[in-house]
Amino acid sequence: MSSLQSLDIAKRSATTTPSPDVRNFVPEVAKLIDVSACIGCKACQVACMEWNDIRPEVGTCDGTYANPTDLGPSAWTVMRYSEVEVKRDVNNAQEESTLEWLIRKDGCMHCDDPGCLKSCPSPGAIVKYANGIVDFISEHCIGCGYCVTGCPFDVPRISEKDNKSYKCTLCSDRVGVGLEPACVKACPTGAIHFGTKVDMHEYASTRITDLKERGYAQAGVYDPQGVGGTHVMYVLQHADQPGLYHGLPTNPKISPLVTLWKGVAKPLAVGAIIGAAVVSFFHYMKVGPIKEKEED
Amino acid sequence: MKLTSHDPSKDLQRYNDLTRMNHWAIVFLYFGAGLSGLAFLHPSLFFLSNLFGGGPWSRILHPYMGLLMALLFVGMYVELWRDNLLVKVDIEWLKKANEMFAGNKENMPAIGKYNAGQKIVFWLMAGSLLTLVATGILFWQAWFPHLPIILRRIGVVLHSSAAVLLILTVTTHIYAAIWVKGTTRAMTEGKVSRGWAKANHPLWYEEVTGQDDSVK
Repeated sequence: MSSLQSLDIAKRSATTTPSPDVRNFVPEVAKLIDVSACIGCKACQVACMEWNDIRPEVGTCDGTYANPTDLGPSAWTVMRYSEVEVKRDVNNAQEESTLEWLIRKDGCMHCDDPGCLKSCPSPGAIVKYANGIVDFISEHCIGCGYCVTGCPFDVPRISEKDNKSYKCTLCSDRVGVGLEPACVKACPTGAIHFGTKVDMHEYASTRITDLKERGYAQAGVYDPQGVGGTHVMYVLQHADQPGLYHGLPTNPKISPLVTLWKGVAKPLAVGAIIGAAVVSFFHYMKVGPIKEKEED
Repeated sequence: MKLTSHDPSKDLQRYNDLTRMNHWAIVFLYFGAGLSGLAFLHPSLFFLSNLFGGGPWSRILHPYMGLLMALLFVGMYVELWRDNLLVKVDIEWLKKANEMFAGNKENMPAIGKYNAGQKIVFWLMAGSLLTLVATGILFWQAWFPHLPIILRRIGVVLHSSAAVLLILTVTTHIYAAIWVKGTTRAMTEGKVSRGWAKANHPLWYEEVTGQDDSVK
């Protein structure tokens, strides 16, 4: 997407000074995906393709209903289907194994502390707007793949055609003009909600109460704090085991390797290089050259 | 002619033409790969990508320049690795290295073609270049787009560490050449004066001239 003037920028990749932040009262938004209400119809995928005008190539089948089988440069959201056996509490601590078909709408989680943005070396190629949406500004993308390295959710995909990185924009263009994301609008069961993050948490809690009444004792909201919380949240029937939902990470956070690389090491490296040049210069000025002795 | 004057006809050959051309090719590739790489390391250095036609071009060119630099260094390595093996006198030299840095060259033990400092520089260059190539492949998006993400993460950390190590080593290497007068000629003309050789590499001087001047 391209940078939207109607949205203020809270974080900007490869930028060491503050970004325009005068409209800092913008409320944080969130998309809430209620997995328990999803029927896996893929209307959201279609709406995403239609609004963003992207067409993934016809692929192959991997034995599940997933189509395409993975996120891609032109597939920014994909339904994941997991058949799992889950132990469930029924009638006072009596455990019973049941087969469950868990369907999760996969895509960018719009982390509050985005690993992609932290890793990106190109100034302004990744921005986080004041409302929490993380967006790739494609014309500044240099195609290095560092966002792939930094993302804790394995979301960005680099196109082999244009070497640009792509992912869900949370329809930042629609949200910027007061509309809800295309997937939210298309969902026929009301499984996808959009609003302020506070409102979404409030709605999630009513869903969780309902699920708990129906026997899902571990129902909860997925808003992982390891990445500062996310602006795409899930209501999960089994919030204690996010891994059941096609390997959703239990406690995602930016890898310590990435933190080391784009955190401490970065200024230290520059300091060391400048230091070496400075020390060399002053060594010469203090000690003087070793002169060439002339010979007979 | 004064006895102490420099007679170019008596200069000693230190590097042949091929070695020198290879060295300077490596120098250009070092700056190419180095400056384009630094652009990706720290935001304050991203402007360096302009030298290569912008971000995408830096990203495209960087790995090829780096790989070519490492390949050319293999030629350097094959020619020089034996001369850079550490020997007993190097330990002695290192113990006295402080005096050398203070500008007191007189007490340094007599050494051959390379002193311990140069040898360490050689091995650091070889080691960091090998690391740079091995780890750079792990996140070379154009050719290896589907490697596991954990390998990319390990790759970027080791790659930047090796890069910084190489830059510090090369800085030392360049500084030493500027500091010890008469040295750069070895790489621009291939020749050094007898005085230079006797003062800085006495055992090598004896080896190439066949004379033992220490008794003179």
